[in-house]
Amino acid sequence: MKTVEEIKAAIETAVPGAQVEIVRNPGPSAQHSLRIGHEFAVQVATFLQDDPELALDFLSNVTGVDWPDKEIAEKVKVTRQVTKTIDGVEQAVEETVEETRKRLEPGCLEVVYHLYSMAKKHGPVVLRMRTANRSDKVNLPSLTRVWRAAEFQEREIFDLYGIVFEGHPDLRRILMWDGFKDHPMRRDYVDPDDYEYEPTAHDEVLAKAHAHQTAAGAVAVPEGGKP
Amino acid sequence: MTSSATDFALSAARQEGWNRPPVIEPDGEGELLELAMGPHHPSTHGVFRMDVALDGERVVRLKPVFGYLHRNHEKIAENTSYLASMPYTDRLDYFCSLTNNWAYALAVEKLVGQAVPERAEYLRVILAELTRIQNHASSIGFLLQEMGASGTPLMYAFREREKILDLFETLTGSRMMCNYMRFGGCRVDASPAWLDATRKVVAGIPEFVDEFERFLRTNEILMARTQGMGILRPELAVNAGVTGPMLRASGVNYDIRKVDHYGIYDRFKFRVPLGDHWDIYDRYMVRMLEMRESIGILEQALKEIPGGPVMDPKAKIRGFRPKPGEAYGRIEAPKGELGFYLISDGSPNPYRYRVRPPSLINLTILEDMCLGHNVADVVLIFGSVDIVLGEVDR
Amino acid sequence: MLGEGILKGLAETAKNFAGSFVSAERLTTVEYPEQRIPTAENARVFPFLIYDGTDWEAGMRCVACQICEKECPPKCIYIEKSKDKKPDFVGKMQIYPAKFDIDVSVCMSCQICVEVCPFEAIKMDTEFELSTTDRFGGLLFDRKHLAKSNEYYHEIHPTEATEVDARLAEEKAKAEAKAKAATQAAAAKAGAPASGPAPGAAAPTAKAAEALPASKPAGGGE
Repeated sequence: MKTVEEIKAAIETAVPGAQVEIVRNPGPSAQHSLRIGHEFAVQVATFLQDDPELALDFLSNVTGVDWPDKEIAEKVKVTRQVTKTIDGVEQAVEETVEETRKRLEPGCLEVVYHLYSMAKKHGPVVLRMRTANRSDKVNLPSLTRVWRAAEFQEREIFDLYGIVFEGHPDLRRILMWDGFKDHPMRRDYVDPDDYEYEPTAHDEVLAKAHAHQTAAGAVAVPEGGKP
Repeated sequence: MTSSATDFALSAARQEGWNRPPVIEPDGEGELLELAMGPHHPSTHGVFRMDVALDGERVVRLKPVFGYLHRNHEKIAENTSYLASMPYTDRLDYFCSLTNNWAYALAVEKLVGQAVPERAEYLRVILAELTRIQNHASSIGFLLQEMGASGTPLMYAFREREKILDLFETLTGSRMMCNYMRFGGCRVDASPAWLDATRKVVAGIPEFVDEFERFLRTNEILMARTQGMGILRPELAVNAGVTGPMLRASGVNYDIRKVDHYGIYDRFKFRVPLGDHWDIYDRYMVRMLEMRESIGILEQALKEIPGGPVMDPKAKIRGFRPKPGEAYGRIEAPKGELGFYLISDGSPNPYRYRVRPPSLINLTILEDMCLGHNVADVVLIFGSVDIVLGEVDR
Repeated sequence: MLGEGILKGLAETAKNFAGSFVSAERLTTVEYPEQRIPTAENARVFPFLIYDGTDWEAGMRCVACQICEKECPPKCIYIEKSKDKKPDFVGKMQIYPAKFDIDVSVCMSCQICVEVCPFEAIKMDTEFELSTTDRFGGLLFDRKHLAKSNEYYHEIHPTEATEVDARLAEEKAKAEAKAKAATQAAAAKAGAPASGPAPGAAAPTAKAAEALPASKPAGGGE
């Protein structure tokens, strides 16, 4: 099978204008991936499926990944013009100070596709696509038209991560119930604490549940039930 | 057979929407009957619902609904260490806990580049093939149960399965939730007494498979209800990501044991049965034949198993922190391709832990297979997919 | 003939049915609870804490290191360390668990706590008939309920118990040998610059005599 660089070159030749970049995998498994842009994703996917050498006809796995916003603190050297009094005279002097600047690197949601070939019996070729941010621009093109295997898995990613796949024939929640709000697999998901009252060995869970129970006017704590 | 699937996939003759389910127009007057089959249903292999729209007896639309057993295994794994996720993998496909364990151990071993000693590889193969036999036997038993055989073939399969589960209990401590594989080998060594007991059980399995087949093979009800039903074309199977016995019954020669050469499967001689007619009867036959092939692998493995350690002495149990990176490891589980995708960021818990569930992906074309058939056939077609809800919902 | 296949199948069933009166292999039903199959030796159900000797509090091997609590996947173990110390089987003063609760309704029987325990203090029990009507607390086992003797461990898992005992005896012998060598080396160093070998010879025997009795009660369980 071709290496990642060769596949990248082949994609760029076949689908001009497609943005493809190689994402190196630092671990020992050496499964490097290709990050593709949204615009020509479906054409790239069709090319990968139709190319006689690659023949990636089998989409094995579609995964969603959440990369939350990161706050990065970095030291920056800043040169500023300061007015200082030297020998009684006010002068404009240049001063270089080291400051710690905090910037927010915006996070994104990512979809990873693992492709294999049943015809040539090779693989995997890993494709990645990133959304622009985690809040409003969460649309990605759906590859269900190319590989039917993506249908349920993209629905699951929509359900658990909130990525909206454009072009998906039936995009609705699959594992959670239809009226559910929020997306459980995101890193900033806060799970509800109105658990059913069960004494466990860990008191903080119990305390949270108890707060909801007494608020709703439910059963009191039986004596001897607490550890 | 393989050539037809791949030629079709590669040809430009396929049209837009070829892999979408056909739209069936209801004929006759009257409304469509919307029926919810499940989730409390004796034949849905667990808590599973199918929203079926019927025109008389004919299925016009079928939408599977699941998530009733969703336990958020993937999020739990993000908050627990790698080792502590191993008992949770037992509970994915709860019929085949040892193959789940192996798939996860394989993925982690790929992530860190861990080697596995030879005896451990042999033990893994032995346990995986025993799991395959008991899974296929139960699957056929359940299929016949749904056909109305009221549990008799199922109990025959379970009688054999009990012997295999007793073996698992003696070795791993538990019948179903084995928690036996570790990253770098197996948890505990198999004593010579256990290997002898296994050889005895394996010696009795061919007789069981013969009896089972004799019992069912020429049964007219089985043949009438399954032959020509639930046909799945190979090109659609490949495109829909179907794997396992269901794919091979559609004639596509793709067995991950032969393709990926994982473990030591290269040392064993076994054939891959393929189906000609792509229907339910072929899926039943492929499972029967795979049981026979597994017996061959078992006999060979039990003869050749070497001595030695079962755990790499350099492997860490506690304080396991893989370097940042990612890996996708997959095996041929009895239900299909079971894969684990792990992203590590250097901490003791995985950053992203994904299970590629064969049962869920095999359900993608349930609608295509059932359209146009009668309601009674839906149960059979669904039974031939052989799913376990623990895996579908995780 | 139509129906021949079904008749063949019925012949198999009839053979099994008639055979179940004759051979035990075909009659696979065990009428529980009047008849019971003995559990396999390796079977694991829920954990228990081992103690050596007769006093469960003094002989408990657990030193409250909390490794099992950390490694437990569903976090069903809850440990509180004690404020004082008691001697363990090699005579060293160790802290012990003031509280050791296992919520058996949460426990998955995965045996990871047994695997990671460095002190052979927690092992798997085989008792599964634990149903109780006390919904809150009936399945929360405290350390008194969990403490079972080493003799009980030998009853339920004989091979494993003998292996564990051998390992512990080896460790104890190594620790004693190290202690004796250390006292002899210290006495030799102290004795040489002083008057002669006689006071040096008296010191190690006194020290060794002090060390040995402390280890006796913990090691009496074998």
